[in-house]
Amino acid sequence: MHIVIIGNGISGITTARWIRKLSDHQITVISDETDYFFSRTALMYIYMGHMRFQDTQPYENWFWEKNRINLLRDRVESIDIPNKKLNMRDTSSIQYDKLVLALGSKPNKFGWPGQDLDGVQGMYSAQDLEGMEKYSEGLKHAVIVGGGLIGIEMAEMFHSRHIPVTFLVREKSYWNMVLAPDESAMVNRVINKNGIDLRLSTELKEILPDENGKCRAVITNKGDEIPCQFVGLTAGVHPNIAFIKETEIETQKGIVVDEHLETSVKDIYAVGDCAQLRNPPPGRRPIEAVWYVGRMMGETAAYNICGKPVEYQPGIWFNSAKFFDIEYQVYGTVLANPPAEHKSLYWEHPDGEKSIRIVWDDVSGWVIGFQTMGVRYRDEVCRQWIRDKAHIENVLMNLGLANFDPEFYDQYESEVIALYNQKTGANLQLMEKRGLNSVVKFIKKQFA
Amino acid sequence: MAQAHNSLSLSNPHPTGMDTVQKIASAIGGLGLLILFISLFGQINGNYGTWLTASLALMTVGVCVYAWREYMDKPEGIKNNHVWHRTLTNKGLWGWIVGVVLTGFYVVLYFYPQYLGLAKEGANSGLIALFDSLSQALKGQPASQWFVYGALYTLAILIFGVKFLLKYRHNRYQQIRTLSVMFFQLGFAFLIPEILMRLNYPYNNFMNMWPLNYYFFDGWNIQAMTTSGKVGMFMFAWGILMILVISPVLTYFYGKRWYCSWVCGCGGLAETAGDPFRHLSDKSLKAWKIERWMIHGVLVFAIVMTLMVLIFNNGTLRSWYGFAIGSVFSGVIGVGFYPLMGSRVWCRFGCPMAAILGLQQRFFSRFRITTNGGQCISCGNCSTYCEMGIDVRSYAQKGQNIVRASCVGCGICAAVCPRGVLRLENSAIDINSRTDEMKVIMISENGVRI
Repeated sequence: MHIVIIGNGISGITTARWIRKLSDHQITVISDETDYFFSRTALMYIYMGHMRFQDTQPYENWFWEKNRINLLRDRVESIDIPNKKLNMRDTSSIQYDKLVLALGSKPNKFGWPGQDLDGVQGMYSAQDLEGMEKYSEGLKHAVIVGGGLIGIEMAEMFHSRHIPVTFLVREKSYWNMVLAPDESAMVNRVINKNGIDLRLSTELKEILPDENGKCRAVITNKGDEIPCQFVGLTAGVHPNIAFIKETEIETQKGIVVDEHLETSVKDIYAVGDCAQLRNPPPGRRPIEAVWYVGRMMGETAAYNICGKPVEYQPGIWFNSAKFFDIEYQVYGTVLANPPAEHKSLYWEHPDGEKSIRIVWDDVSGWVIGFQTMGVRYRDEVCRQWIRDKAHIENVLMNLGLANFDPEFYDQYESEVIALYNQKTGANLQLMEKRGLNSVVKFIKKQFA
Repeated sequence: MAQAHNSLSLSNPHPTGMDTVQKIASAIGGLGLLILFISLFGQINGNYGTWLTASLALMTVGVCVYAWREYMDKPEGIKNNHVWHRTLTNKGLWGWIVGVVLTGFYVVLYFYPQYLGLAKEGANSGLIALFDSLSQALKGQPASQWFVYGALYTLAILIFGVKFLLKYRHNRYQQIRTLSVMFFQLGFAFLIPEILMRLNYPYNNFMNMWPLNYYFFDGWNIQAMTTSGKVGMFMFAWGILMILVISPVLTYFYGKRWYCSWVCGCGGLAETAGDPFRHLSDKSLKAWKIERWMIHGVLVFAIVMTLMVLIFNNGTLRSWYGFAIGSVFSGVIGVGFYPLMGSRVWCRFGCPMAAILGLQQRFFSRFRITTNGGQCISCGNCSTYCEMGIDVRSYAQKGQNIVRASCVGCGICAAVCPRGVLRLENSAIDINSRTDEMKVIMISENGVRI
């Protein structure tokens, strides 16, 4: 059987690797972006000089031949579904038995005047990185539009080269659709502290061209004109499915897939950013364009393709990011605008750059989420508590189990408990401090 | 309106940018170095103490002020911007210049010390004479090339240690670890042995054990120790105890890091002066294969050599070992190649002590680096900044603990990880399953293995 995967990002490559683990099928991975798989999340570190491009490739180049994964640098022009054939730009057409669409995303453009000018781009692909590198030469000022994770990364990138940045954020506070006001305010402070010109409640209205068709300024909805030679569009992404729209494969925002990640057409699967779940599991969104989801979907699709039917079960949500020097982790449900029954305990360090938030259900007392800034928490423990519907007070007393900070770091769990006691009148004591011994016992007990 | 924000200078200088203070600091440090060079050519005669003090003070001030400006007016955090853009740290022009100069220095030091001013008879001259007064003060003898080397080596660990402390001021593990290597270098590797000699005891670094200390079982050394009263006998007993009891026990509890990145002088230099070059280690599978053959080969060589000395009283292998491993590998290549092959070439490919501790760590130690569930984004920072060339990412992205013989537990992988995925930990409870693959099931918590 010949399995063809379009896209060599984390979703496509994970699919290929798991198909190889599970079977001897012939595998071809097609990409027009790069010869080899690289970590998209690491592009910023290339620009900042932390790594070279080859350092972002998780597997050495010999890996693919050794694992009989055939890599093809080309572009699929169209899919001939009745004949199970891909029409290619450069090479002759390719026959497939099963097809995996791992097409990724494209940066959103909302019809702004001037959005296609020279010097206006997103930050998603290897080509986008090349673009940033090219435009950075002699760049006096950059404007970034859109207050999400990629926007702040782009700001950090330019900032590393002392290129002044104006950061336009439509919302009242950075990423406040996801972060609660406290955490969002913390990130605002960090952005300002790093010397980024952060403009909240500000939208892009128009990008102005110079005589050569290159951007020369933006105009905001407040009427300000900001001269710049680069505009970064980072207002989210959407599934990269233009050429799928022309086929009979059902699409909405993304390519619609069932629980087995199969599309409306038999033997065609979709994974990662481009896939839209017809029936997402409770608490999950239909499209989740994050690294971890791509990886989980890739593994699931491989099982299904290899005749071992498995439903896609991403389990409890987790995610992480880094805002300049502040690491962010979330496990479970932590909403920016929670319903009344979500109780939340928020502790913040006096330095204003570390925080711990724990969310639980007011009625049952069950813990449903953890969110930390500048403090590392342990994935296995947090998700175990959420899965087991552990009671908030039980969690608090054992909170040290969750601490994943390096040795010798201060532990703040007692302060979190003191805050809880102060707010509720309870009299809880911390029973467990940080340490692997207790964690192993805890996890073993759960599985016993 | 669109002006640069006032505080833009807060973060991350452009590679071409060095501020005025840093330029002055570089000049001051350069002046200190220049004094050493001038003395090398015999142009300093007399007032050795003053010139030496001036030289060491200028270098100290230069490095510390430079580092202060480099880090203290920026937010705390990882400072790896432009590491691959600068020619000093990307194997470019400055990297090669420093590599060639360092290598040349080691060749002269080991094989042609007379060019440094070492006198076979009579008074020293040149660079070595410059250190005579310090040597007299410490041990009551004129300086040798080894005294000069020891003093400069210690200075390098101390001043670049300060730089490292400022660079990682947000990370208490790095702080304590660095203070530890600075302490052991200054006290145990430099001052105590020299003072022992002043008191007519044999030269002894209590923290330098066989086989890294390859002359420990040499006849002359055993005789020196056993004929130096209780202190000498203590040295001998301590040396044996370190090999057989103390080091295995500590390695069982904490991994080989207790030695390699907390105590050892070779590690100390690598972690401080060598820190800017840590990313230059080769991460390929091929390099790992070569590493395993080489380091265990050197260990076998060291054992056979020592047995020849002890049992057959035959010093032939011993002298080969001293030349090939003791001088060429650990010195000339080990440090001279910092800017080309990274800071741990010797520790990774050659050190027999690291080989022994590595075997202990791999097979009976509570130590491992834990991966935080499925949080790895495969970015590669951990692997890139691993000075031992371990492909940390290959474990982290599988959710597997990192248990590797070569890991010196420096903790930099955990520090540079942008998602907080790695933690250095010890536990005996799961010691037999700590290397299990796929601890984390990616596609479902409830297990979909079919």
